[in-house]
Amino acid sequence: MIDFTGKMNISVKDCNLYYGDFHALKNINIEIPEKQVTALIGPSGCGKSTFLKILNRMNDLVEDCKITGSFKIGNIDIFDKETDINALRKNVGMVFQKPNPFPMSIYDNIAFAPRTFGIKKRSELDEIVENSLRRASIWDEVKDRLKKSALGMSGGQQQRLCIARSLAANPKILLMDEPTSALDPISTGKIEELMEELKKDLTIVIVTHNMQQATRIADNTAFFLLGELIEYGATDDIFSSPGDERTERYITGRFG
Amino acid sequence: MRKLYSALKIICLVALGITLICLVAVIAYVLIKGTGKLSFDLLFGDYKSSPSILPAFVGMLELVAIASLIAVPIGVASAIFLVEYTNNKGKLVRIIQVATETLAGIPSIVYGLFGYLIFVVAFGWGYSIIGGGITLAIMILPTIVRSTQESLLSVQGGLREGSYALGASKVRTIFKIVLPSASGGIVTAIILAIGRVVSESAVLILTIGMVVNKVPQNLLSPGTSLALDIYYFASNGYRDEAAATSVVLLVFVIFLNLLASGIGKLIKKSTGEEK
Repeated sequence: MIDFTGKMNISVKDCNLYYGDFHALKNINIEIPEKQVTALIGPSGCGKSTFLKILNRMNDLVEDCKITGSFKIGNIDIFDKETDINALRKNVGMVFQKPNPFPMSIYDNIAFAPRTFGIKKRSELDEIVENSLRRASIWDEVKDRLKKSALGMSGGQQQRLCIARSLAANPKILLMDEPTSALDPISTGKIEELMEELKKDLTIVIVTHNMQQATRIADNTAFFLLGELIEYGATDDIFSSPGDERTERYITGRFG
Repeated sequence: MRKLYSALKIICLVALGITLICLVAVIAYVLIKGTGKLSFDLLFGDYKSSPSILPAFVGMLELVAIASLIAVPIGVASAIFLVEYTNNKGKLVRIIQVATETLAGIPSIVYGLFGYLIFVVAFGWGYSIIGGGITLAIMILPTIVRSTQESLLSVQGGLREGSYALGASKVRTIFKIVLPSASGGIVTAIILAIGRVVSESAVLILTIGMVVNKVPQNLLSPGTSLALDIYYFASNGYRDEAAATSVVLLVFVIFLNLLASGIGKLIKKSTGEEK
């Protein structure tokens, strides 16, 4: 069993990723500190979502995907043979662009991960469900209809449910792949507040197309372009005095 | 131009009328001819001396049981393998795709001949319920594989990803997320396949014989089914009894079709996909 109790900073060295012959990520080196929000920005197809999906090994599901480099969370090697992929994914949660609640009740959605890892006791599950929903600040909206289908909720609620569902696995890192791009401004605001709250105990890595969102929520920002990491640093620095001309052109909206 | 359009409309309307008349005529004719002759004797009476469909009931239930016990697990498991483990791509999948399409299009009498040569002749079972049941299982297998594949493919990819991302294994993802989501379509397909078993005749003439006056003693006994009874009664001068049996068969098939759509809807409702 791998130990996810230590420091949860992410360290990637010489990362290269190929889809067949296509070189999608080129020599990425990045250190992501723990208990902060790190935003990955860049135009569509720049490789930021692909990079994100390395961290919980979702790319394993993609055919012809070849990855080289060194990838560490704390002192755990993500791709080591000893690293159990399901334990990795339990500890590195993921929220997707499109809310994807399971076609079952709100309660069963949240209880899915704990049940996966063998928790059967009703009282224990009840507690995890309530805690997770509270942490995703959606408890008050759904506490009276836990047995109702999750598909009857609004898009914004569904996305917060999906966040709660990830939290129920008690992850140390949360990966978010454009979590608000399908949502209205009010729901987006709620999720951003939530991230502020969650980063007290969690390392958050978020892919976003929304510059303002990056400036609002991210401590650090990484700018990707055509598979390369162009610039990475504190969000304030990146946005106030970008070191690379391409970063400046992108954040001022002149391309991408 | 306007004239042409209205002429087209009239032609289509007439075509629709003919279609409706054909459908209604068949059902109405069967009902009118057959309903009056439905009687306790015909349904459950002494089958040894006078026409009764009791042996056919027993035969039908046994055939449905054998065919679905064999074809459902094998068919559903095959489809799961194709969709979940090969991503529905590759040579094996293409070969099976072509094979299932071809098999689904073969006239059932060909399956009957196959069953006859294998079970009746080569295995030496003679005419038997079990031989007929296995042949029917082979006949409905391609349909079950294909429709299960379609149901599995229609499950959104996001659900699988979501499950994997929570640390669930492939097996847990398949059994807890994918299969429940696809179950409406799968159950509907199974019931429709059972409908084909209930109404099949060609296969059974060659495999279970047509012994209309004996209830099969065991699975190796010959027997009959509703469709065979219709053929037997009609060709032996019991036309009204044949019509009455048709009514029973018709009711069964309509019931199975309603059940199929009803259960499909019920499952969708229970998962919240439909209100």
